[in-house]
Amino acid sequence: MSAQWETVIGLEIHVQLSTDSKIFSGASTAFGAQPNTQASAVDLGLPGVLPVVNEAVFPKAVSFGLAIGADIGQRSCFDRKNYFYPDLPKGYQITQMDEPIVMGGSVDINLKDGSTKTIRITRAHLEEDAGKSLHEDFHGMTGIDLNRAGTPLLEIVSEPDMRSAEEAVAYARTIHQLVTYLSVSDGNMAEGSLRCDANVSLRKRGEETYGTRTETKNVNSFRFLEQAIKHEITRQREILESGGRVAQETRLYDPDKNETRPMRSKETATDYRYFPEPDLLPVTIDEAFINRVRDRMPELPGQKKQRYTEMWQLSDEDAGLISSDLGLATYFEECVSATDDPTLSANWVRGDLLAALNRAELAIEESPVSAENLGQIIRRIKDGTISGKIAKTVFAGLWEGKASSADEYIEVEGLIQVSDSDALEPVIDKIIADNPKQVEQYQAGKTKLLGFFVGQIMKETGGKANPQQVNDLVKSKLD
Amino acid sequence: MADEVTVTEEVVKDVAELAQLKVAEGDLEVLTAGMKTILELAEQMQSVDTTGVNPVSNPLDATQRLRADEVTESDQHELYQSVAPETEDGLYLVPRVVE
Repeated sequence: MSAQWETVIGLEIHVQLSTDSKIFSGASTAFGAQPNTQASAVDLGLPGVLPVVNEAVFPKAVSFGLAIGADIGQRSCFDRKNYFYPDLPKGYQITQMDEPIVMGGSVDINLKDGSTKTIRITRAHLEEDAGKSLHEDFHGMTGIDLNRAGTPLLEIVSEPDMRSAEEAVAYARTIHQLVTYLSVSDGNMAEGSLRCDANVSLRKRGEETYGTRTETKNVNSFRFLEQAIKHEITRQREILESGGRVAQETRLYDPDKNETRPMRSKETATDYRYFPEPDLLPVTIDEAFINRVRDRMPELPGQKKQRYTEMWQLSDEDAGLISSDLGLATYFEECVSATDDPTLSANWVRGDLLAALNRAELAIEESPVSAENLGQIIRRIKDGTISGKIAKTVFAGLWEGKASSADEYIEVEGLIQVSDSDALEPVIDKIIADNPKQVEQYQAGKTKLLGFFVGQIMKETGGKANPQQVNDLVKSKLD
Repeated sequence: MADEVTVTEEVVKDVAELAQLKVAEGDLEVLTAGMKTILELAEQMQSVDTTGVNPVSNPLDATQRLRADEVTESDQHELYQSVAPETEDGLYLVPRVVE
């Protein structure tokens, strides 16, 4: 970004709520069903049907609101947003305009340079998702699947507080983390559970008023979000620097070409003609309800991080990494309760475990080595049964499914550390006898060679000897 | 208060297009006059002093009853699609819309 221009970004994030049934009908929200098998008469907008609100959406929206320090609307009202598109068969979307459930609030995002920035949230409101249009060739027609129609959404609208693509991605990640922690959403981006619309504009540095913005719709990965925004910044800058004007329009990001292009507008004018939804009464959300939701809220990422650093003395980096994902944090905490050793648990979780998961492209929930088993490995290091090096072998063995527990694997493979000096001494004597030159050098003062002897002995015992003990024994024999 | 909108035949055409309504040229004059009357009524209401009156989102003194989050609908797409003009592979087919 050249020094002359400042980027201004606001995001609208649509989060699919993890309910079993839809927001206004009893049809299933399960992903991946055959087309239209989960579209009921209500979702199809057939004449005479009436929406009935799913109670499960309110605690989810309220817990999000509480987590960002927002005001919760005591009266939540629904409105109609009118537009014509085939994947919206009613001709209107039921949403919230004037009295949304969540008003205000903010989240702190962590930036790469270690600083944090507060991003204000304007509002979050409940609404229904639309169906899907399939533009593949159906003899020149468009195919419509209404399974997604009526899936509950929480649309989270930020203030234009972000100044770069990186900040926008950090914000989107923070929201993703929050909604998955709170079980508001499964957060599965590949299945469209979290989709971003990015409002981007440029202005001359130091200027107060915003430039004309464009809205890039429906970006469903963090990587695409970053690319789409960067592309849009470059495009707008080129227009502005050549003396042109940015048109206010809705654009679509094409990840294959890495470009944004204008969408054919759904309307000739963006007048959605909102009015109160006459089929639904206001929903009352009283203080008692809010308190019940508050009491059931889990520990949030920031709180976990703080606990890890203060109570368990983890480094900021380790605590941040482990607390960033609820699954990882849960695994880690199970590990700590099995070992009573947060430091060693953190080392293993963020070291060998994460490396193996990344290699295999697995999520923590799919780890072949359970927290209980990793806990057992760590316990066996601590009680001297195995060395840290052998522990890696045990981990690899369990990863490959060679045993059902660490103890079983250690026993079957005969990996128990040799701490019996009667068993070690013959080996040590042999190594000393085999290396007279090194013995001479050592005794002449080159004490660094101690490591050489220990290494040879470890090799001879297949890594099963207790290194500290070998160290002591060799020293006592040579000195 | 409300933006002063002068209802012209152009405005009527725009509104009709937004609502996907086909309006015959011959009907424009009478529709324009009709819309003017409606807006005048709205303006008359705007002039009422509503200081201290809470907006009424719904005239009924009741709150919404909610449903438990349970799947109660079974797959009836064959029945629903029996009245659709055209379907294929379970999809409803509509005139092509391209983004």
